[in-house]
Amino acid sequence: MWKFVHKLASPPHFYHIAANLISWFAMPGLLLIGYGTYAGLFVAPPDYQQGDAFRIIYVHVPAAYLSMMAYMAMAISAGIGLIWRIKLAHAVAAAVAPLGAWFTFLALATGSIWGRPMWGTWWEWGDPRLTSELVLLFLYFGYMALRNAIDSTSKADRASAVLALVGAVNVPIIHFSVEWWSSLHQGPTLVRQGGPAMDTAMLYPLLAMILGFTFIFGALLLRRVRAEVLYRERRKRWVRDLILSGKGKR
Amino acid sequence: MTSQDQALPDLLSGPKALIVRDALLALKRPGDVLNPLFFFAMVAALFPLAVGPSEEQLQLIGPGVLWVAALLAMLLSLNSLFLADYEDGSLEQMLVSPVPLPALALAKSAAHWLSSGLPLVLVTPVIAMTYQISLSVTGILMLTLLLGTISLSLLGSVGAALTVGLHRGTALLSLLILPLAMPVLIFGARTVSLVAAGDGVAGGLYFLGAYVFLMLSVAPFATATALRISNE
Amino acid sequence: MTAKLSGDHLTLFRGDRCLFKGLRFALNPGELLLLEGPNGSGKTSLLRAIAGLLELESGTVRWNDIPMHRDRLALQNAMVWMSHKVGLKGDLTLVENLRYEAALRPQAEVEFASVLKKLGLNRLTRLPVRSLSAGQQRRVALARLLLSSAMVWLMDEPTANLDSEGRKLVAAVVQGHLANGGMAIIAAHQDFEVDMPVQRISLQ
Repeated sequence: MWKFVHKLASPPHFYHIAANLISWFAMPGLLLIGYGTYAGLFVAPPDYQQGDAFRIIYVHVPAAYLSMMAYMAMAISAGIGLIWRIKLAHAVAAAVAPLGAWFTFLALATGSIWGRPMWGTWWEWGDPRLTSELVLLFLYFGYMALRNAIDSTSKADRASAVLALVGAVNVPIIHFSVEWWSSLHQGPTLVRQGGPAMDTAMLYPLLAMILGFTFIFGALLLRRVRAEVLYRERRKRWVRDLILSGKGKR
Repeated sequence: MTSQDQALPDLLSGPKALIVRDALLALKRPGDVLNPLFFFAMVAALFPLAVGPSEEQLQLIGPGVLWVAALLAMLLSLNSLFLADYEDGSLEQMLVSPVPLPALALAKSAAHWLSSGLPLVLVTPVIAMTYQISLSVTGILMLTLLLGTISLSLLGSVGAALTVGLHRGTALLSLLILPLAMPVLIFGARTVSLVAAGDGVAGGLYFLGAYVFLMLSVAPFATATALRISNE
Repeated sequence: MTAKLSGDHLTLFRGDRCLFKGLRFALNPGELLLLEGPNGSGKTSLLRAIAGLLELESGTVRWNDIPMHRDRLALQNAMVWMSHKVGLKGDLTLVENLRYEAALRPQAEVEFASVLKKLGLNRLTRLPVRSLSAGQQRRVALARLLLSSAMVWLMDEPTANLDSEGRKLVAAVVQGHLANGGMAIIAAHQDFEVDMPVQRISLQ
C-alpha cells in the first residue's frame, strides 16, 4: 500500500497519470452539466414562491458546496504534506486554493443575484450562508497571501499548511456562529428528514449539476496540479527531458 | 562534566521563567502595554464622533464597537509578540532548549494576555461608562472580553508565529487572523447586545468558554510548528 | 555508554543550489569539529541543521545512535547553541537574562559568580545588556555555555567581534570544555586556534 502511495506521489508518475485522468473527469462533468442546465432551465417547473428566480440554485448550490469541499481538500492535503512530508500533497494544496476562492466567489455572486428578487437587496447580512461564504473567501485570501509572502516554496508549503489546518478547525465554528448570529434563517432545503422537500423534476437537475461541477472541479484541479508540479520540478531532469522530447504540450 | 541525562527540574519552570521575563520587559517598556490601550480608547472615541452623540444609539452600538476596538487593539499588540525575540535571537534559544516548544508558546500567549488582554478588560468599565452602558451590562461585557481576549491571544499567537520575519507582516497578520477571530467577535458582541435587550447570556458565555478550551488545545501546537518553520 | 554525536548522508539545498551532499561526521567526548569555508558555503546551515533549526533535504543526525527526529529532546537536553545573534534581552540586566536562561536548560553545578569572573563580566551584572559592547555581549553568550551542563556546544563564529584577548578566552573556554569530556562543533570563518587535534570539514 505504502509503496503504491509513494509511487503515485512521485511527481513524474503523477504528471503522466493525471494527463489521462483529466478527460475521465471532464467528459462526465460536461455531460452532467449539459443535462443539468437543460433540465434546470426548461424541464423543472418554476417555484411556486420564487418563480423562475430559483433556477440560479443550479449554479449557486454546487458552487457553494464546492467552495467548502475545496477548503477541506486543501486542509487535508496540506496536513498530509506537513505530517508525511509528501511534496505532491503540498502541490495539491497550492493548486486548490485559487480554485476554491473562485468557486466561493461564484457562490457569493450567484447568491447576491438570487437575493435581489428575494430580499430586494444585493446583499443581506441576515443570511448566514452568504455571510459564511464571505468569511470563507477571506480565509482563502489569507491562505494565498501567506503563500505569496514567503519566498521559499518549502517554507511557504509548511507555513500555509499550519494555517489551513487551523482554518479547517475553525470553518465549522464560523459557520455555526454565523448561523447563531443571524435570525433570518432559511432551513436546509435539500436534505431533510423524511426525504427531500423538493419536487423531483427540480431535484434531479440539481443533483446532476452538483455531480457535474464536482467532476469539472476535479478536472480543473488535476490540470492545475500538473502545472504546479511542472513548475516546482522545473530544475529536475524529467521535466527537461519532457520538454526536449516535445511531449510537454499534452 | 555532569551527567548528560540530567533533566530539567520540572516542566513548568521554563514557561514560568518566560512569563516572568516578558512581564519584566513589559514593566521596563510600559509603552508597549499602554499604546494598544490608548488605541482601544481612541477607536472607541471615534464612533460617537462619527455616528453622533445620541444616547440611545450609543447604547445600541456600544458593545459591538467596544468589541471591535478590543479586537483591533489585540491585533496591534500581537504583531510584536515574537518579533523582538526573533530579531535578537532569543527565539532561537527557545527552539533549541529542551523545554517542549508548545509549553513555551503557551507561556508567550499567557504573557501576551497579561500585558494586552487583561488591561483591556480592566479599562473597559471607563469606556463603557461614556457609552452610557449600564453597570450590569458592563459586567457581562467584561466577562465576554475576558474570555474572548484569552482566545484571541492564543489564536493570534499562531498568526504572529506564521508571519514573524516576513516583510509586510502587519497587514498579513490581520488578513490571517481576522476571519478566524469572527466567531469570538460574534459571540462576544452579540451576547452583550442580547443582555442589553434583556435576554439570557448562558449560551454565548458557554460558547466563549468552550472556544478558550479549543484554542488551548490547538494553538500552542500550531504556534510551535509555525515558529519552527518561520525561524528556518 | 559513551556519548556520541554523528551524522551521515547530510544533504542540504538552498533554493536550487546544493550546499553539501552526502556529508558525514562522528564526534566523541573530548573532540572538536571545525566547519570551515568561505561565507555562504553552508557552515551556518550545517550547524543549524545539527541544532535542529533547519530541516535537511536528506540524511540523519544521531545522538547516541538515536536519530534526531526520533527523539529531539534528548539531543536538545545535551546541547547548547551559540549563534551569531546573542539571544539576550537588551532591556534586562545580565543577571536577569541568565536567570531566565537557567530555566530553559539543565544547569551545571558551577558557581555563578566564578563563571562571570572568569569571563571578566563580574562588574557588569547590574547594567542592562543593551549598554554592553558587542564583545562583552559575546562573553555573556559564553557564560550561557559555561553555566549549562550541556555536553555538546554548537558555536557559530564564536570569535566574531572579539579582540585577540577575547579570541584567546574563547579558545581557552572551549579547550576546558573538551578537557572535561565535552564536544564542540564550531563554524569558523578564520582559523580557530586551539592546541589540540581537531577534525575539519571544509565546505566550498
